[in-house]
Amino acid sequence: MLEKALSGSRRYWAWIVFLLLLILVGFLAYMRQFEIGLGVTGMSRDVSWGLYIAQFTFLVGVAASAVMVAIPYYLHDYKRFKDIVIYGEFLAVSCVVMCILFIFVDLGQPMRIMNVILHPTPHSMMFWDMCVLFGYLLLNFIIGWTSLGAERKGFPHPHWVKVLAYIAIPWAVSIHTVTAFLYSGLPARSFWLSAIMAARFLASAFAAGPALLVIFLLILRKVSSFKVGKEALQALAKIVAYAMIANVFFFLLEVFTAFYSRIPEDMAAFQYLFWGLDGKHSLVPFMWSAAVLALLGIALLVIPRTRKNEVILPFAMAAVYLAAWIDKGVNLILAGFVPNPFGQVIQYAPTATEIMIVIGVYAIGLLILTVLYKVVLGVREERA
Amino acid sequence: MKIERREFLKLGAAVAVGLGGGLTLDVLTKTKPAAAETRTDVAGTRVSSKALHAKRWAMVVDASKFKTEEDFRRVKEACVKAHNIPDFGPDSKHQIKWIWEEPFERTFYGVDDPYLPEAIKKENFPVMCNHCENPPCVRVCPTQATFKRPDGIVGMDYHRCIGCRFCMAACPFGARSFNFVDPRPYIKDINPDFPTRTKGVVEKCNFCMERLDQGLMPVCVEASNGALVFGDLDDPTSDVRKILDTHYAIRRKPELGTGPSVFYLVGGGGAGA
Repeated sequence: MLEKALSGSRRYWAWIVFLLLLILVGFLAYMRQFEIGLGVTGMSRDVSWGLYIAQFTFLVGVAASAVMVAIPYYLHDYKRFKDIVIYGEFLAVSCVVMCILFIFVDLGQPMRIMNVILHPTPHSMMFWDMCVLFGYLLLNFIIGWTSLGAERKGFPHPHWVKVLAYIAIPWAVSIHTVTAFLYSGLPARSFWLSAIMAARFLASAFAAGPALLVIFLLILRKVSSFKVGKEALQALAKIVAYAMIANVFFFLLEVFTAFYSRIPEDMAAFQYLFWGLDGKHSLVPFMWSAAVLALLGIALLVIPRTRKNEVILPFAMAAVYLAAWIDKGVNLILAGFVPNPFGQVIQYAPTATEIMIVIGVYAIGLLILTVLYKVVLGVREERA
Repeated sequence: MKIERREFLKLGAAVAVGLGGGLTLDVLTKTKPAAAETRTDVAGTRVSSKALHAKRWAMVVDASKFKTEEDFRRVKEACVKAHNIPDFGPDSKHQIKWIWEEPFERTFYGVDDPYLPEAIKKENFPVMCNHCENPPCVRVCPTQATFKRPDGIVGMDYHRCIGCRFCMAACPFGARSFNFVDPRPYIKDINPDFPTRTKGVVEKCNFCMERLDQGLMPVCVEASNGALVFGDLDDPTSDVRKILDTHYAIRRKPELGTGPSVFYLVGGGGAGA
């Protein structure tokens, strides 16, 4: 089926070449990092994780695009998702590949990555995260690819695919939970030491994943033969609205606990995010942008008139997606290191090399997504 | 035929013993001619019969004896020299620190009180890895590159570490450093008896396990003129226990339950009296 990705319009190839160029730039930047070490990034002794791990954390969430279409389709037989479920699954595949790449580029000794398998360590959450992420990648790829193969031949998908689809649903819950456990079990970081972290991860994932899926489906409607239905879009929009409301609610629960208890250590990271701390406030503009975008996105999705307006809908989705990205792909990780174990505020800013590597990884994800979507479109155009 | 690394080292040890007529060999340290006999421990490693043993190594810091900058400099330099710690300059983001000084409010972040005596507020304290009883760094490490020895020391295998820095996020004491770049050009004079590190791995104080295994006290303890006391926390007759039995000592962040093995005598309650 892969040959479907090898024929396309001039515009398609221009897009592919553009992505390849970005990947090349990212690769060259990575070669520099590989040679010199992580010293080429903005990370330090005090902020020892930066954009890479933050992107990894955020993209685990976006991979929820699959489960949020799979549950209505496979569990509730919601037929309007029949044609879009594969787009959700392939988006998840691309996200999980990016997650793995972001972990890889974050390693100080990438050539030793197999040590994680050579010396399996069940008491490390990183070990479990590796297991669930690889599992989720395989599940979504196998489910998507097999159903598409069946569709091409005009058969219903084999029975075992449905079994895998059922397994993939709790599996999706596990990737967000285990990723949250990377953070929520550390006594050192009070900003992360929160029982509600896994719930926050699920809520933000269920918002960001489908939000990005809607944006991609609307792009496909413009540039391809696939015209997503109004009802399917509305159903996704409602899912995003509920999930984002839950996400904001969970965040406010954290704010209440910190500020009503007035425990200094619990308040510190929030103070840093909202107002700055010790005269350092690099994340303040991010925090307030996220707050405004989240409320704007929710408002546009909750009010039926704006939600049903398909001109406004992509902006609402973009607002939710950006708010979730700032919350998880920037603030959550960086503010976790503030204050440091000595009570100091040490700030972090990514370097140009670091940003190029991030863009390179995103370009790889988009390339995988483009190829997979092109195959889906090709197979379906052939049958039409 | 495949030869595992450990077997290779054992083989090397046997050859070395055969040639040198009694050498000590540790996985981490280069051999050093010594008169002592060697024996093989549970892990199959040859250790000197002079090796010091404990159920749980611990340190007491007598802060009253760290009066001047010189007191800190002596201790830090001994450590830097013994462990090939690079010098990136005081303001570098890439600093590697094993033992260094912090003021009270930072050492005991969370305990800081506006009504403390001025003398304590202004005092500096040496900080280092606490070799916790329940080390969060060991719990999170995905490759067991950081591990707790039976004698309580939290060690690092620089050859296994993948540089994920999960341990740095997990350490409540900021005790861990990462080699952001190749440290070797920044080492003043290389001590051939201790390994240098490569870029991309994490490191920290190791309570001088390589010295204990040869029957020597940690190098900072030796250089401290009695300001640092080292011993077995499990042995009621040890020096550290004798001090702890009669003096009020505090630990950093005890509420987190990690069980630090470094104790501080604060406010002039020195153990020297």
